[in-house]
Amino acid sequence: MTTKEHDASVYEQVQESSEFQDLKRRFRRWTFPMTVAFLAWYLLYVVLSGWARGFMAIEVLGHINVGLILGLLQFVSTFLIAWAYSRHAERKFDPIADKLRHEVEEKAK
Amino acid sequence: MSSTTLGMILFLTFVAATLGITFWASRQTKTAADYYAGGRSFSGVQNGLAIGGDYMSAASFLGIAGIIALSGYDGFLYSIGFLVAWLVALLLVAELMRNSGKFTMADVLAFRMSPRPVRTAAGVSTIVVSIFYLLAQMVGAGALVGLLLGITGDAGKAWTIVGVGALMIVYVVFGGMKGTTWVQIVKAVLLMGGAALVTVLVLANFGFNLSALLGQAATVSGPEANPQSFLSPGLKYGTEAQGLAGKIDLISLGLALVLGTAGLPHILIRFYTVPTAKDARKSVLWGIGIIGVFYLLTLVLGFGAAALVGAEAIAAGDAAGNTAAPMLAQQIGQEMFGAVGGTILLALIGAVAFATILAVVAGLTLASSSSFAHDLYAHVFRRGQASERQEVVVARISAFVIGAVAIGLGILAQGQNVAFLVALAFAVAASGNLPAILYSLFWKRFNTAGAVSAIYGGLVSALLLVIFSPVVSGSETALIKTADFAWFPLSNPGIISIPLGFLCGWIGTVLSKEYNAAKYAEIEVRSLTGVGMEKASKH
Repeated sequence: MTTKEHDASVYEQVQESSEFQDLKRRFRRWTFPMTVAFLAWYLLYVVLSGWARGFMAIEVLGHINVGLILGLLQFVSTFLIAWAYSRHAERKFDPIADKLRHEVEEKAK
Repeated sequence: MSSTTLGMILFLTFVAATLGITFWASRQTKTAADYYAGGRSFSGVQNGLAIGGDYMSAASFLGIAGIIALSGYDGFLYSIGFLVAWLVALLLVAELMRNSGKFTMADVLAFRMSPRPVRTAAGVSTIVVSIFYLLAQMVGAGALVGLLLGITGDAGKAWTIVGVGALMIVYVVFGGMKGTTWVQIVKAVLLMGGAALVTVLVLANFGFNLSALLGQAATVSGPEANPQSFLSPGLKYGTEAQGLAGKIDLISLGLALVLGTAGLPHILIRFYTVPTAKDARKSVLWGIGIIGVFYLLTLVLGFGAAALVGAEAIAAGDAAGNTAAPMLAQQIGQEMFGAVGGTILLALIGAVAFATILAVVAGLTLASSSSFAHDLYAHVFRRGQASERQEVVVARISAFVIGAVAIGLGILAQGQNVAFLVALAFAVAASGNLPAILYSLFWKRFNTAGAVSAIYGGLVSALLLVIFSPVVSGSETALIKTADFAWFPLSNPGIISIPLGFLCGWIGTVLSKEYNAAKYAEIEVRSLTGVGMEKASKH
C-alpha cells in the first residue's frame, strides 16, 4: 500500500539518462502533434457547422448529407486515433518504461 | 399492467440489485485505497464500462436524443464534442495521472508544489464543478420522473429528488468507489442494451435504410418553410437570426466540450481504480468504444423520435425534448408488437433512464466528497496529520452532507432552467483544471503560483462570464427574467475563459521564482515510467 520513498537523486539520474530522454521524446513526438491534429480537425468541423451550412447540407447519398458524413468521420477518426495510440504505446513506449521501472526498483532495494 | 407499474418494478429490481452490490462492497471496503479507488483492482474492461456509466448521463441520453428530435442535426454537435474529448484524456492525461497520483486530481497538482494552497484550489474547483453537474442531474431527475411515472405536482417531484438523493448517499457512503463502480458497470450495460434494442427496432422499421429514416424525420419534424434544414446544422446553435455572436457561441461551446472532459474530477478519479497505467489506457480505449457507439445510437433515437413521434408531440410533453427517447420506445413498441409491446418498452427505457441518473449522481458525490476529505480535510486542515481511518470517516460524512445539500438545492431549483449547468461544469473544468493538469505534467518551470492562478483564474472567469451572460439575465429563457445585467453576449464562456486559464497559469508561474528541480524530475520519471506508483491492494 505505501510507496517506497526513493532518493530524489535517483529520479534525477534517471531523468538525465539517454534512455529516459528517448522515452520522453518518443512520447511527446507522437502525442503532441496528434493532439494538435485532432483538435484542428474537430474545430474545422465546428467552424464548417457555423459558417458553411450550404456545403454541409449538400446531399450525397439520398438524405445523407456532407454534414452527417463529416460528423460520422469524426467518430471514425476518434476510434482510429485511439487504436493507433494504444498500438504505438504498446510497441514504442511500454518496453522502455518497463525497463526503466525495473532498474529503479532494483536500485531502491 | 400499466407501463408506470412495470417501470416501477424494473426500477425497483435495479435498486435492489445495486443495494445488494453496495452491501457486498461495503464489506470489502476497509482502507482508504478501497474507499477512494476501489482497491485499484478493477480490470481495464470493467473500468471502461464504468467510464461509460459515469459519462453517459441523463443529459446525454435523454438530452441529446431530445435536441436531435426537436432541432435535428445540432444535437449531433454535442455528441461529437463529448466523444472527441476522450482523445485528450487518452493521449495526455489518463496514464500519466494513474502513474503519479493517488486518490484525487489534486494529488497530481500538489506533487511538486506547496501542497496547501494547491489542494485548496483544486478541492474548491472539484466541489464547484461536481455540484453544478450534480444539480443539473437532480433537477432533471425530478422532471423526468414526473413524466415517466405520471407523478405530478411539486411535492411528488420533491419526493423523487429526496429518493434519488437518498439512494445515491447510500451507494457512496457504504459502497465507496467499489460499490459506485459496480453501479456504473450495471448501468452502462443496461443503458447500452436498452438504447441498442430501440435503435435496432427503429432501423428495422425503415428497412435499415438510414436515408429513409432521415427523410421522414425532416418531413415530419423539420420547419415547414424548409424541412430539409432539419438534417444540417443551424436550427439550434448559432442560428442565422443570432448572427455572429451565435456562431462564436457555437465555437465556444465546442471548445468547452472537447477540453472539459479531461478536467472533470469524477472522470479523473476513475483512472485510479485500475492496477497499472496500461489498464488505465485499456479502460479509456473501452470507454471510447462504448461512448462512441452510444452516441451513434442516440443519433438514430433522436431522428427516429423526430420521424415516428414528431417534434410537436415531443415538445408538448417536455419543452426541452427530454421525453423523446421514452416516447419513441413506446411508439416503436406499439407499432412492432402492439399495445403491450409499447408498454414494456416504455417501462424499460424509463427504468434505464432512472438507473442512468442514479449512477451519474453517485459518481459525482463520490468525487466531491473524496476531494473534500483527502484534499481539504486531511491535507489542508490537518496538514497531513489525519489517520487513514479518520480520512475515510470524514469522506463518508462529507458524502452524506454533499448529498443532502444536492437534495436541498435540487428541490429549490425545481422548475428552473438549469440545463446550462452541464455546459458550465465542462467550461470550468476546461478553463481551470485542464491547464493546471497539463502544465503540471509537461511544463518544467510550472509552480505553486502558476497552479493556483490557473485554477482560480479559469474558475472565476468562467463563473463571472456566465453570471453576466444571457443565460442568467435579460432573456426569455434566463434564470432571472425580470432583470437585465447581461453585458457578455455569449452563453458559453469557454472561448474566453479557457485561454484565460492557460494565460493565468503562465503569468502566475513566471512571476514566481519558486522551482523545484528534484520534484520535477520525480514527477516526470514517475508519470512516464510508473516507478513508485500506487499498487493495487490485496484482499
